[in-house]
Amino acid sequence: MSRTAGLLKRSLPAAAATVGALMLLTGCGSAAVNQAAPGAAAKTDCGTVNVALNAWVGYTADAAVYNYVATNKLGCTVVEKNLNEQISWQGFASGQVDVIMENWGHDDLAKQYITDQKVAVDAGLTGNVGHIGWYVPPWMAAKYPDITDGKNLNKYADLFKTSESGGKGQVLDGDPAFVTNDEALVKNLNLNYKVVFSGSEAALIQSFRTAEANKTPLLGYFYDPQWFLSEVPLVKVELPAWTPGCDADPEKVACDYPEYKLNKIISQKLADSGSPAAKLATAFTWTNEDQNSVAKDIQGGMKPDAAAKKWVDAHGSVVDGWLK
Amino acid sequence: MATLLRDRPIAAGRATGGPASAHRFSRRTRLLLAAAVLWLLGFLLLRGSGTLALPASELTDLHRSLNLFNGWIAENRDGNPVFMYILTPLRSAVGLVAGFFMAIFAASPTGEVIPVLGWLGTVAVLTWIAFAIGNVKVALLTAVVFTFFGVQGLFIDAANTFALVLTAVLLTLIVGIPLGVLAGTSNRVQKVLTPVLDFMQTMPTFVYLAPLALIFLIGPASAVIATVIYAAPPVIRLSSHGIRSIPENTREASDSLGTTGWQRLYTVQLPMARRTIVMGINQSTMAALSMVTIAALIAAPGLGQVVVVALQSLDVGTAVNAGLAIVLMAIVLDRVTTAASQRAEPSARRARRLSGRARYIVLAGTLLLTLGIVQVSRSVLWAAVFPARLNMGAAISDGVTAASGWLQTNLYFLTHSFRESVTVGILNPFQSLLTETPFYLLVVVIAIAAYAIAGWKLAAVTTFCLAVIVSLGLWNDAMVTLASTLLATVIVMLLGVVFGVAMGRSRRIDAAMRPMLDAGQTMPAFVYLVPFLGLFGATRFTAIVAAIIYAAPVAIKITADGIAAISPTVVEAAVSSGSTPWQVISKVQLPMARKTLALAANQGLMYVLAMVVIGALVGAGGLGYDVVAGFVQSSVFGKGLAAGLAIVFLGILLDRITQAAASTPGRKPGARRT
Repeated sequence: MSRTAGLLKRSLPAAAATVGALMLLTGCGSAAVNQAAPGAAAKTDCGTVNVALNAWVGYTADAAVYNYVATNKLGCTVVEKNLNEQISWQGFASGQVDVIMENWGHDDLAKQYITDQKVAVDAGLTGNVGHIGWYVPPWMAAKYPDITDGKNLNKYADLFKTSESGGKGQVLDGDPAFVTNDEALVKNLNLNYKVVFSGSEAALIQSFRTAEANKTPLLGYFYDPQWFLSEVPLVKVELPAWTPGCDADPEKVACDYPEYKLNKIISQKLADSGSPAAKLATAFTWTNEDQNSVAKDIQGGMKPDAAAKKWVDAHGSVVDGWLK
Repeated sequence: MATLLRDRPIAAGRATGGPASAHRFSRRTRLLLAAAVLWLLGFLLLRGSGTLALPASELTDLHRSLNLFNGWIAENRDGNPVFMYILTPLRSAVGLVAGFFMAIFAASPTGEVIPVLGWLGTVAVLTWIAFAIGNVKVALLTAVVFTFFGVQGLFIDAANTFALVLTAVLLTLIVGIPLGVLAGTSNRVQKVLTPVLDFMQTMPTFVYLAPLALIFLIGPASAVIATVIYAAPPVIRLSSHGIRSIPENTREASDSLGTTGWQRLYTVQLPMARRTIVMGINQSTMAALSMVTIAALIAAPGLGQVVVVALQSLDVGTAVNAGLAIVLMAIVLDRVTTAASQRAEPSARRARRLSGRARYIVLAGTLLLTLGIVQVSRSVLWAAVFPARLNMGAAISDGVTAASGWLQTNLYFLTHSFRESVTVGILNPFQSLLTETPFYLLVVVIAIAAYAIAGWKLAAVTTFCLAVIVSLGLWNDAMVTLASTLLATVIVMLLGVVFGVAMGRSRRIDAAMRPMLDAGQTMPAFVYLVPFLGLFGATRFTAIVAAIIYAAPVAIKITADGIAAISPTVVEAAVSSGSTPWQVISKVQLPMARKTLALAANQGLMYVLAMVVIGALVGAGGLGYDVVAGFVQSSVFGKGLAAGLAIVFLGILLDRITQAAASTPGRKPGARRT
């Protein structure tokens, strides 16, 4: 009895004092330094925009430039949210995400949130073109010039054998979030290969980096635009060319990936609001080179905001075109 | 992702006579041998049939129907009364509390960068709290570590993390302690709760993170609730355990005085169980902190964000810097709560230097000082925002990046060939033994083994678990996961015995090892995944190494405690009778610590299993991959959910078998059951 009472006696006044003091401080803070913090430029009718930040540097580059322009030229308050793709789309439904700056396909999500629930709208192309495919490190393309033709892959299968691939050649896949037909491709092109799932983009990039540094063989799924390609220019392996409809049945795919015209998605709410932020999102468009230059700066250690400023300052006319 | 202390009673061995047990024992050996022979024959003759392999991109009907779950939530969120009257108010309340703490220590969620308290004020307030509930030593530690966060350039992130952990722990205690007390006093509640807690601890967070974000929306509230789900079991278990381990005669004595249930609870049970309950708070706090990086995946602010963002660009230095901050915060929280639990000891109470009144005066004086510092912090800029010129974060990151780059370039060929030999020599044969034997045969083999170890009941439980895994359509993936899990556990136990014995025998080695073990347990795996990828590539081996880093500390700590707890007179007797140190270890210390070793194996196994999902991020494949894929792709959500369930049942299976094995006698013929 006395022990509990003792504990109470000791901790209650202390707790009360702390809480009281904290309340006091939060309540009356008129003269404090923190009140002067948010320095939004000219106040406009733009309001707050929630921008999803997906997990790759190319996306970060798009978002950095959009956020920089929206904040500094339109006076919007941009809230950045680090989310993966699926959760970003969920955010449209709950009203917590307004903008996705670079979307790769995702027909299932588009159907659910654009067509069925009508909480999001397509805001047009970013101007970036995505190429998904199978890549080898540059040293291999130099040493085995014919390896970039998919027809010769079986000849080199032994080279790509690893402890993970069960006696066959290894095709290394990355983040499960990315679109892939690789298992079907191996089967339908009669390749003596096995798809091994590395499980994350980091694992995939690190594998290619090691392969190039140590001159070890590696065949893997990759995509362009991607900042890593400016560090190690991977070489694409040509599979049978994509034709409309050749990938309609996921089980029977026997052709390369299509070109992905990357687009932006904004929430229905933002689109309806008539906010200049919605207009900017719709008008935003640039090239793969633009994106790579910003992405490379970010990768080199620049803050996304600074990298965006550098690009915007150098490309004033492009940005003015978006704001017209 | 700790499984932490479990208080499940180890099944009591049946007491039988000597000759009978010797007879039963040989029967057990015969059964185990028969199971092994059956397995090998089945593997050789029927290899490759009945493997139930399901390609990564394919789904079963069950998976497709589970897929509908997410859509159902999205459709029902607005109209459904459960959402309107329970979930939405719960979210607002949690969000409010989290927002309050974040505003005080870090910044308001709207993006203001200066917290209410300022960094100096925050350090002062937290130091004072550490002093009030702990002692001068932990208060000093708190001050140093929180100031160091500023030097790392991570003060705001650390403060955000602290605010979220604080919210989650408060919520955990509000829910957990009453539930634990209830489970401690009622057998029925205990029976219902135990499997639920098992479930909460073994179900991978990745499985329920996306639905949580759908129900409680993206942001701090979801993050806190996800953390509570994972962090609540330890405090519930330990509260219940504390109340249950009060000696029966104490209870009877109080009953004979005619106390009512409530009186008994307040005057006898709670005070006597307090130390165990505070230990539960400690464990729950650690568990909450281990969720920091996972919560960052649904946009919870803090150190986890720094780690996750750094991982995207493979920035090892930044990730290690933030990981170090998480480890330091874990150490502070651990030491402060441990000090608080020691203060709760009756003996500590008597030994105190200050009388109650003097202590009050000191506390009041320091509180005034603290408030003064807070006021300074609110009016002077250098005390509000950590001065940028003291920021050494970049230097730390650069140093780490250089070191990890050097390791990767210079050790690669060594690590590469080591990986190859382990994978080809051990992992691949073992995995094909599991994956290529027909599933029905393997179920029979495991059931026979379970029967041999502990009779029909265990055989029934294991068969049930395996049947669930088969019906989830993920048998093959489960076997891939099982192979890596078992191999990792064997290595964890080898390390546990070697280092545990060394630590148990020498205080100096113990003191040197402890901080490293703490770091291994609390450093987020995301931090060391990238350098490991550089050393070992995207392989199952890398996943095994990551699991070992996380699980070995537990096994080592438990073993060390077991060895240290052996009565010194026994060891001295052995030494004086001329035993060499090696003989003392192998003939006295290890056999006497057998029960502890079994516990270490059980916990090691559970910790390894907790890393299955993280391992999938570096090439482990199996169930972990299904879970990760389900988290990031809505079209395979159902498969991820099924894989999460399969991990839970695999966990229950392994847990029950190791516990049963722990309670039966060792391999020495004629050993008596006790």
